[in-house]
This record gives sequence, C-alpha cells and structure tokens, in this order.
Amino acid sequence: MSGAFRANDKKYSEMNKGRLQTSSNSFDYYGKKITAYSMKRQKQGMTAVLALMSMAAQLVAADAPAKPPNSASAKPIDVSVTGEEAALVTQAPKVPPPLKRSHPTKVSVTLEVREVMKRLSDGVDYVFWTFGGDVPGSFIRIREGDLVEFHLNNHPKSKMPHNIDLHAVTGPGGGAASSFTAPGHSSQFSFKALNPGLYVYHCATAPVGMHVGNGMYGLILVEPKEGLPPVDREYYVMQGEFYTAGKFGEEGLQVFDQNKAVDERPTYVVFNGAVNSLVGERALTAKVGERVRLFVGNGGPNLVSSFHVIGEIFDTVYQEGGMVPSQHHVQTTLIPAGGAAIVEFKVEVPGTYVLVDHSLFRAFNKGALGMLKVEGAPNLLAYSGKEVDAVYLGRQADAGSAAEMKVEQLRAARKEAIQSDPKIAGLTKEIQMEKGKGVFMQTCFVCHQINGEGIPGQIPPLSKSDFLMADKARSIRGVLQGRSGEIVVNGKKYNGIMTPLNYLTDEQIANVLTYVRNSFGNRGDAVTVDEVRPIRSEMPAPLINQFE
Amino acid sequence: MTSHRVNKIQRFGAALMMLLLVGMASQTPVQGTGQRPSQPLPPGMALIPGGIYKPLFRRANGPNEISIRKFYLDIFPVTNEQFREFVRANPRWRRSQVKRVAADDLYLKHWSGDLLFDEKIKNAPVTFVSYYAANAYAQWRSKRLATVAEWEYAAAASPTRADGKNDPAFQKQILAWHSSPSPDILPNVGASRANIFGVQDLHGLVWEWTGDFYTALGMAEEFCGGSAKNAKDPGDYPAFMRFGFRSSLKMDYTVHNLGFRCAQSTGD
Repeated sequence: MSGAFRANDKKYSEMNKGRLQTSSNSFDYYGKKITAYSMKRQKQGMTAVLALMSMAAQLVAADAPAKPPNSASAKPIDVSVTGEEAALVTQAPKVPPPLKRSHPTKVSVTLEVREVMKRLSDGVDYVFWTFGGDVPGSFIRIREGDLVEFHLNNHPKSKMPHNIDLHAVTGPGGGAASSFTAPGHSSQFSFKALNPGLYVYHCATAPVGMHVGNGMYGLILVEPKEGLPPVDREYYVMQGEFYTAGKFGEEGLQVFDQNKAVDERPTYVVFNGAVNSLVGERALTAKVGERVRLFVGNGGPNLVSSFHVIGEIFDTVYQEGGMVPSQHHVQTTLIPAGGAAIVEFKVEVPGTYVLVDHSLFRAFNKGALGMLKVEGAPNLLAYSGKEVDAVYLGRQADAGSAAEMKVEQLRAARKEAIQSDPKIAGLTKEIQMEKGKGVFMQTCFVCHQINGEGIPGQIPPLSKSDFLMADKARSIRGVLQGRSGEIVVNGKKYNGIMTPLNYLTDEQIANVLTYVRNSFGNRGDAVTVDEVRPIRSEMPAPLINQFE
Repeated sequence: MTSHRVNKIQRFGAALMMLLLVGMASQTPVQGTGQRPSQPLPPGMALIPGGIYKPLFRRANGPNEISIRKFYLDIFPVTNEQFREFVRANPRWRRSQVKRVAADDLYLKHWSGDLLFDEKIKNAPVTFVSYYAANAYAQWRSKRLATVAEWEYAAAASPTRADGKNDPAFQKQILAWHSSPSPDILPNVGASRANIFGVQDLHGLVWEWTGDFYTALGMAEEFCGGSAKNAKDPGDYPAFMRFGFRSSLKMDYTVHNLGFRCAQSTGD
C-alpha cells in the first residue's frame, strides 16, 4: 500500500516537473502574444478601452460592495488555463501531495460509484454506497482557478442510480443534475474552481439522506493560489453515521433502518467508514516535533461533530473549511454535517492521541474514535507522565477503621481463594497476558518491535532473552526507572537508554511483564502487582526532579 | 404433409390452451374485487381491480389522484426463456442484429449468443433489455407495458392488503432489498410471496420498465432535499428509489437489474 503510494508520489513529481516546464514555456508564449496584441491596439483603442474598463469597474463595485477582497467572483471569471492533467486522488487517510503548480490547468477527475459490502465493525457487514469503493470517497486535490472535467461512472453492478453534488461547484445542484447516472453508465460535466476551500461532496439522489447515510461523501480541496503553508504530515479524516436495523455490534449483514435515520438516532458514528479504521496498525502516525494537518470532514447525514484530539490543542483551525486561518489554540472545533475544517498542530510529546467526537457517547459507544501515534523521545518538560500514585482512601475508610479492616479481610480471603484454585490462577495469568499485550502494543513495541526482537545493535531483544528472564525484580525496576549503561543480552553488548515508564500503573507493569516473560519464546511465571508495588516504593524521588 | 402436421399440432395446442384457460379461470381466486371477471383471465396474468392511485409527486398542473381502470398484469417478470422465444421469432431483436439506437452496447450481455444462455438462468427475469425491446416484446404478445400509475398501484399491495404503504413489515422488506448486494446470478421468478392481487416479484428481484417511465424525468433536476418538496409522502423511500431509478434511464439503456413485465387492458 505505502509502496504503491510512494510510486504514485514519484510519478506525480515527475509529472509535475514536466508540467512546470511546459507551463513556463506556454506562459512566455502567452505573455508575448498579449504584449503584441496590446501594442498593436495601443494607439487606436486605448482611450475607449480605458473608458470601458472604468465603467465596468464602477458597475462591479456598485453591484458587489461587500465582496471579500480575494474573492474571484468579484472579478470577471478568468477562463484561461494552461495544460491538462489527471487529478491524483487518494483513499483516506491519505491525502494527495500539495500541488506545485503556479497556474490553473484543466484537471480531469474520475470517480467510480460502487455499492460494496464491507466491514462496518468486527463481524458486522454493510452494503456501502461509495465514491471509489471506500468510505469516505476519494480525496480530490485541485487548485483555485482549475477547470475541472468531472467524470462520474456508475458501476454496472450498482442497484441504484447516483450522482454527485460537490460543494466546490458554483451552480445549481453543485453538479447533481448533470451527473445523474444509471447503473453501467457514465456522466461528464465541467466546472471552474472559483473559490478555494475544503469542500464536502456527496450523492444527491433521492432519498438523499439514505444515499449519504450509506457512505456517499468525501472531500475535495481547492488549494488557494498561494498554496497552504507547508507541514510535515497531512491526513484525511471524515466522520459519518450509520443507521442499522441491528444494535451496535450485532453481527451479520446489517440493513439500513429508515426509522432510526429519520429520528436521527444512529447506531454507529465512525471516522473513515468503519469502527476502528484509525486504530492499531491503521492509526495515523507522526514523529515528535512534526507539524500535522488534518483535513476533517463530516458527511453526516445528521449529526454535527465536536471534533477533538485528546491531549492536543489545535495551533490553527481553518473553521468550516474556509481559507482564513481563523482561530489559534483551539481544543474542540465544530464541524457541521456537510461541512469540513482544517486543523493543524505540532506534536510535542510521544504517545497515543485519540481523535474523538467529543459528544462522548458517540466515541465510547458508537465508534467515533481514531488514533494518532506519535513516536520520539519523551519531552518531560512538556509532559511529565504520572509523578505521584498514592493511595487515597477518603474520610470514610481511614486505615484501621472498621470498614477498612473489613475490606482488607475480604480482599485477603478472595486472594487466598484465587490462589488456591489453579484454574482461576491460570485464567488470571491469561487475562494478564491479554491486558499486557495491550500495554506492549501501546508502549513497548515501538522500540522492542512487535515480535520482541528489538533492533540489532541498538535495542536489545526481549525474545528468548537471557537477561530478561534472569531477574524479575530487575525487569520491574527497569520499567519503573528506565535503564542506561552497558548490558549483555544473549551474548551481545548493548549500550542504549530505556526511558522510564513510571506513568504505567502497578497493574499495567505486572501485566506487560507477564506478557513479555511468556511471549517471544520466553516461558516464565506471572508478575503480580504485589511484586511491583514494593519496588516502586523503594524508588528514589520521581525522575523528573533529576532533570532540574 | 408438413402443413397438415402443423395444423394438427396447432389444433391440439389450441385445445390444450382452452383447457388451461378454463382451468386457470376457475382456480384463480378473485380477490379484492368482490365480483367475477367478465372474461377468463389471460394465462399467466392476474386481474388488478380498478381504484385510485395517488402519485408520489404532485406536479404543478398534475392531478392529485389518478383513477386506475381494472387491468391485467403478468404474475411474473418476463424470463430469459420467454424472451428467447421472442428473439427467435423476431431476428431483428437478436443481439447481433439489434440496431444501436434501439438498445445500447450491453443489450442481452448476460447471454452467450443470439439464442444462447446458461440454462440455469432460463427462469430468471430477463435483464439488459432496453425500453424499445421490452415494448416490442409486449406488442408481440399483444400486450403492453403498464403505466407508472398502474405499476405503482399494483405494487403498493402487500400480501394482505391493497394498500401496503401502511404495512411497516412490508415496507421494511422492500427496503432490505436495497440494502443487500446485487447477486451475480439473479434468482428465478416466483420466489416471493404473491400480493393480494396474486402478483409476484414486484419487489426484491429486479427494477421494471414501465410504459411512461419518462414521466419521471425531471427528477434529476430535483436534487438533494429538493425532491422531497413536491412529494406526497417523503417517508416512502422505496417509491423514491423507484422514481429515482426511472428518471436516470433513457430508452436505449440496458441495465443488469432492470427487467419488465407486461400488462393488458381488460377490454371493457
């Protein structure tokens, strides 16, 4: 996938190179032509032309006093374009690279409408109606002033006719009437990209809510003439709801539920067309210090999104997808149904950042979350991690009180019961393994790798590791305090630094160590919370103080 | 000699047909009308009693109601086998000979030759036929295509009532078809439950040509929420989809899930 993208990328830049040369040539040619023309006309018509021009200017000014200064519509439409190219479109979360052209051109865009059965959640299938085979539809990137020749193909196997309404189009229906297409047919129309901005496109065939509710939406970016400020990463995220007859997570092929849709009670609220489409291996990625730009759309069809990235503050928001960087230091931005926003932020601290619709039941119960994983060295000055994890009992249960003694007794009894039942004890270890794997996949695998083999010469292996298995307490200490200095693992020397992970709870440390001590060819006993706790308490003052 | 044998066969066939007709007329329960049809039912057709159809869209000068005279409607959509008979008898409708103005390039694409197809599909509804082809077939059978009003009126009936629009289970079932993927091979006709008039497969198998489908044209202009403004019942999603589908068609189009069935006037 990424290979293909890179190949495209290369092809694109080559195309671009060629195009830039052509364009400068033709610009020269054009320029000369214009000069020759005006010189010839200079003497005879100058006065008349000037008079006409000033009249026209007055008319325009009188007609449109409130137009914004950069609006192309205040001026007569410049229809001239140079060259011709096919637009590069991408599947979410990828975004086509910034356009390097400094002139408008004729761009041909082709989208194929397909009705496809795909995964909505684990074990849940749905027949999505799509622009390009995926939800959201392909990301289209063009430049202000481009003349777009749009081709909409409706796959021969489609059940329904479809069309497209691009909010980037100026004209009735945004292209909907011109692009109405029966299954197995193709439509073409053209438009001039007059206004820069980030726009939603969607199907507008009746019943529209159902077409959109089945996934027919995507984003088109009309880059302003001067381009967008450069950033390190760009991603495409689009929210949308699904209304299924079955409850959230009910397995099998789910059908569209009209009543839920009309009542605006979605079963699923998701980013990029499915639950967990931006989670785990599919998470967005960035490195510490990079600037990230998210093109965020909301297909709806009903809900307005309160878009938030947990643990980040948007440095800049282009509200509603307009081209004015309208706000700085924003926590949550509102994205209307059928609207978009551009958010930019610099990532300072490594870790996992969760993208949510901050209408939280949607995130927690209906799927509206994604992840951005940021790799890099910790920045303890920006964020310390957990510094204190002390017991707080509150007033009701002071140590030694009757209530607390009773609780302690019950705990001890339960522990004894568990330990005396080997089946439960075994089960506990399995649960620890499962939970520990989760911690590993969020925290450790970046360095030690998914298979635990580390990186030769830099990161020591955990797999079949003599060093790891030799001393349980040393491992616990290592996780809590970090380690540095030379060590020998499986006969090879390593001299790196492991950062302290003291923000993990005792339970998380016990679980993750149980996991690594019983994975990657290792076999060992479980690590319990009771083993972690005393080692944490013997630790010196929190590490952050050592940096001061 | 040959003609003599043919005559004999024809006479035998006619006698058999008569028997069949009488049999069908006596067996077919007369539902919904409360009165016996004045003539025997044409074979393979059901009687749709007259009534009132309320169009989904009210045009500026259009009527609120259309009265439907009683008519006959094919019980099933036309099958590949039936269409092959037509093509055999009318060579100009063969795949290799059909004029491009009468059908687009996909005409009978699912057949393997002029008269050949996988025998498994012989009882499946014929698709990839243009409006012109469907019309020609109907004329050859001395029938016609139903009007949009007639078709919608007959299709509004659920298995238990003439007006199925208020039957949520029926509506849900129709919507479920739109939410399921298109099968590679269409199932045979006759799998669904008959509606109260005795007609089957009006929903859930294929879209169907209607005689004046082009009256739905113009809906393409009513994009987005706009199409709801003139609609009688914006909640009737299946009807919206049928009108949407019809309005996307042109007369020479052929589509993988678009077939047809025939209607006939009763003559009284």
